[in-house]
Amino acid sequence: MNRLALAAMEIEDFGSLSARTVIAGVEAVCDPFGALYLPATRLLVVSDLHLEKGAAFARRGMLLPPYDTLATLKILEAVIARHDPAIVVSLGDNFHDRVGSLHLPETFRARIEQMARGREWIWINGNHDPDGTTGLPGQSADEVHYAGLAFRHEPSDKESAGEIAGHLHPSATVRRRDKSVRRPCFATDGRRLLMPAFGVTTGGLDLRHRAMAGLFERETLVAHLLGRDRVYSVRFANLLA
Amino acid sequence: MSVTHSTDPGHDGLLSGPFAEWFLARGWAPRAHQLELLARSRSGESLLLIAPTGAGKTLAGFLPSLTDLFARGRMPPGSGFTGIHTLYISPLKALAVDIERNLTTPVEEMGLPVTIETRTGDTPQSKRQRQRLNPPDILLTTPEQLALLIANGEADRFFKDLQIVVFDELHSLVTSKRGHLLSLGLARLRRLAPGLRTIGLSATVAEPMDLRRWLVEQAPDADHHAGLVLGPEGARPIITILKSEERIPWSGHSARYAMPEVYQAIREHRTALLFVNTRSQAEMLFQELWNINEETLPIALHHGSLDVGQRRKVEAAMAENRLRAVVATSTLDLGIDWGDVDLVIHVGAPKGASRLAQRIGRANHRMDEPSRAILVPANRFEVMECQAALDANYVGAQDTPPMTEGALDVLAQHVLGMACAAPFDEDALFTEVISAAPYAALPRETFSRVVDFVATGGYALRTYERYARIRRTTDGLWRVSNPQVAQQYRMNLGTIVEMPMLNLRLVRRNARGSLGRGGATLGKVEEYFLETMTPGDTFLFAGKVLRFEAIRENECLVSQAFSMDPKVPVYAGGKFPLSTYLADQVRAMLADPERWRALPPQVRDWLSIQRDVSMLPGRDELLIETFPRGSRHYMVAYAFEGRLAHQTLGMLLTRRLERAGLKPLGFVATDYSLAVWALDDLGAAFRTRQPSLADLFDEDMLGDDLEAWLDESWMLKRTFRNCAVIAGLIDQRHPGREKTGRQVTVSADLIYGVLRSHEPDHILLQATRQDAAAGLLDIARLGAMLNRIRGHITHRALDRISPLAVPVMLEIGKEPVSGEAHDQVLAEAAEDLIAEAMGDAAMREAEASPREIDGRRERE
Repeated sequence: MNRLALAAMEIEDFGSLSARTVIAGVEAVCDPFGALYLPATRLLVVSDLHLEKGAAFARRGMLLPPYDTLATLKILEAVIARHDPAIVVSLGDNFHDRVGSLHLPETFRARIEQMARGREWIWINGNHDPDGTTGLPGQSADEVHYAGLAFRHEPSDKESAGEIAGHLHPSATVRRRDKSVRRPCFATDGRRLLMPAFGVTTGGLDLRHRAMAGLFERETLVAHLLGRDRVYSVRFANLLA
Repeated sequence: MSVTHSTDPGHDGLLSGPFAEWFLARGWAPRAHQLELLARSRSGESLLLIAPTGAGKTLAGFLPSLTDLFARGRMPPGSGFTGIHTLYISPLKALAVDIERNLTTPVEEMGLPVTIETRTGDTPQSKRQRQRLNPPDILLTTPEQLALLIANGEADRFFKDLQIVVFDELHSLVTSKRGHLLSLGLARLRRLAPGLRTIGLSATVAEPMDLRRWLVEQAPDADHHAGLVLGPEGARPIITILKSEERIPWSGHSARYAMPEVYQAIREHRTALLFVNTRSQAEMLFQELWNINEETLPIALHHGSLDVGQRRKVEAAMAENRLRAVVATSTLDLGIDWGDVDLVIHVGAPKGASRLAQRIGRANHRMDEPSRAILVPANRFEVMECQAALDANYVGAQDTPPMTEGALDVLAQHVLGMACAAPFDEDALFTEVISAAPYAALPRETFSRVVDFVATGGYALRTYERYARIRRTTDGLWRVSNPQVAQQYRMNLGTIVEMPMLNLRLVRRNARGSLGRGGATLGKVEEYFLETMTPGDTFLFAGKVLRFEAIRENECLVSQAFSMDPKVPVYAGGKFPLSTYLADQVRAMLADPERWRALPPQVRDWLSIQRDVSMLPGRDELLIETFPRGSRHYMVAYAFEGRLAHQTLGMLLTRRLERAGLKPLGFVATDYSLAVWALDDLGAAFRTRQPSLADLFDEDMLGDDLEAWLDESWMLKRTFRNCAVIAGLIDQRHPGREKTGRQVTVSADLIYGVLRSHEPDHILLQATRQDAAAGLLDIARLGAMLNRIRGHITHRALDRISPLAVPVMLEIGKEPVSGEAHDQVLAEAAEDLIAEAMGDAAMREAEASPREIDGRRERE
């Protein structure tokens, strides 16, 4: 919930809390909310919102708290207000299940419409929501190629150059003085970048997990971890084994 | 089934016909308490029987049913459906099975027209179905099975003829959430069979009245309780403390030093039971014994993570007297009849008097012969603990945990179960619920919130009406929305929440070096333990040193390792905190040098040196020592309040020290003391009263500091997970999704975070706090301690570590420090990048961890 508190704060020098990186020659900013901003194209990427996760479980008989969607949207609003992007790409698993956008309560729908006003909005299809969204602004696509980068939900096992992907919810662990801290992170080796999951009730998968094997050049891999109020950049070699 | 040898015939003709003949034929006579219980139960009374092990408790418990059923006679063919007459509830499956065996023999010998069957988690579906159609007279089962039975639509038919409910080992059932669920089940049984009477069988407990109330219907403004029948007192057990030639360790729990003496004791007895407090200790002890088992005595291992098949084999071998020793955890605490055990060895301090009594009772299951037991302390504090225990006329003392108020998560589970059984009226169910002792004080409004939680999650934001699990229909009754709800309920029922477990499968590497398939299953291990390992790591399980190979689906593949020095499995749970009663005894012993004479010379010397270089605290005094070591400043508080309370104290103290600017770095807690270390000089700060120790240890830490800490605590997250699973918010298992056993369906931590920030007063958070305060945090005990030591804190600023501090200092680095994770750690990791770029080696030196003490272990 740190991001929610951060979202409510007035911050003078937002840039100093973020990390800069370059993917396939394109400059990008990893911000402490877990969004990626490309200044040259004014494009904002968020991934794995998993909206309506609580409702998706409720549909199956587990009545999880219904507050996740609102919390995620509040953070998203703050991010959009900070960067004022021309294009927003939501990188898949936008909703936790196929009917999530269909059954979305009106108040949430209105907030998304408000955010999308005056911008281009692209919903990339994910494995949780492969059929696109219903009744929301913007357009759906399986993947998008733009400004020298490829935006898709699942990282491809063929090409990696210039790929921005989500799906795996990367997180990383660092340890010092008998204390270890695990946080969601951006992961990039300069060729490809994996986005942290943006939704408030999403878990994380460690960068050392076998599902991540082969995705990155480990020598150049850097994790940009989401700290309480800023991004910390740590090389893969310095992460907890 | 134990009875005295005597020729006294049953009195007052209570036992006639086949019963009298049966006793007579064996030259036995019923005992006074058996007859008293029979007579009073016949007159309709509900009763609590308190008697030591071996007093014929079980027979006493069943005599009323057997005589009743004998009088009734066999039901003539075609007499229609007859429900069960007697329900017997045992805390253990194995105990129910054991009782069936022990009860069937006399019933057959007497030729009684009585059918007896068990129903446990292992009972096949076909037999369960048959039992529903044609119930036995006596059904032996567990609390979970009772919950399933009463949630069934046919429950009223099944239980309509119920006369007697027998609760075995009641003392061990009532203090947990299982007991809460069982009490609600009993309340339902009373409604289904209004005339039923209860019989509770119990070992001696601190507060018999709690159990007596538990057994009968409670009503507002009236004191209802069951009658009390007392059995005879057993012979006093002969308990000794193992005297070893070896040096007794300063810390640790393995008691490795004493293995030769323990082995010798096994050799000198027919059959020994060796009890330890944790599964990892059991593993270690078992391996150590086999390392020196030159005569290859049959020594076996028994604990809860072992494969059921393996456990049954051990139990069978034990019953047939084929074993010389069994190493066991609490899985063998309860009343299974174990043939000819003539010695109990307790490795590690017993931590509580009642638990020790129970375990010692396993030896020589005959009441009139004294049990023999040897206590094997694993370290020097445990020597004192054991001695204090014996000195204080120990085994008679009772320190069973107090009964707790009924948990709300359990209530939620029960409410859903009752909706699965039949539509319910909210007021009527409330009346039923508060007739159960643990829920007697439940406010009506809280009950409504629980019902609302069961229906739609109980959220202020009411968006789930269309997903409701139960709905109130126009007739005013609550009913389940669809059949899946009932299916989900049945799959997730119970109050024992397990960490995700993986099967361990033993495989071989084939000639090409790849892993084979299909070896033997060894048992289960918590997933988090395996997550800390990399392929090639070795660990101890089921007495074997295993090599971790891989995880495939929900199985962990391991191969036989030939290493002798494995990483030992560390299991959560199973570590009992020191009881308040014993802690007080240890403090008293510490304060009284006269009593040290009973202690071994090394322990005496240790205390004498402590007295010379520092001091020994008085019985009600809190001694605080401070001293520097390495680059850090340490403070050790000898509070003797058990690990849980110390853990909480450590959390709160570090917060306060942080606020005082003393830069605390971490702490570690044992049963006896707490060590905190910091960058700043703690001793100097206390001397100049910045802050004063009185302020630091003021009771007000249990106010805002506690609240603030709870908000961030990982313990609360874990407690929340348990509550959420029990209450049915998070499924342990979901229909059709069992295969994904490894994947927790949803992260409880994240749910907790969202709920806490949006609805901090939610009923489940309330349940979580209530749970944590009573359990993991031991707040009541910490509060009592802070109150006791007010004005009695003594500070000794030393220039080096004291003898008394050594044990806790040795724990540093062994256990993960459960401090709060700071972003500082992240910042430093990021600095590594800079350091690397700048070639600054000095920055990395600053990372030295406080483990330096490990290397100096042998120097004291």
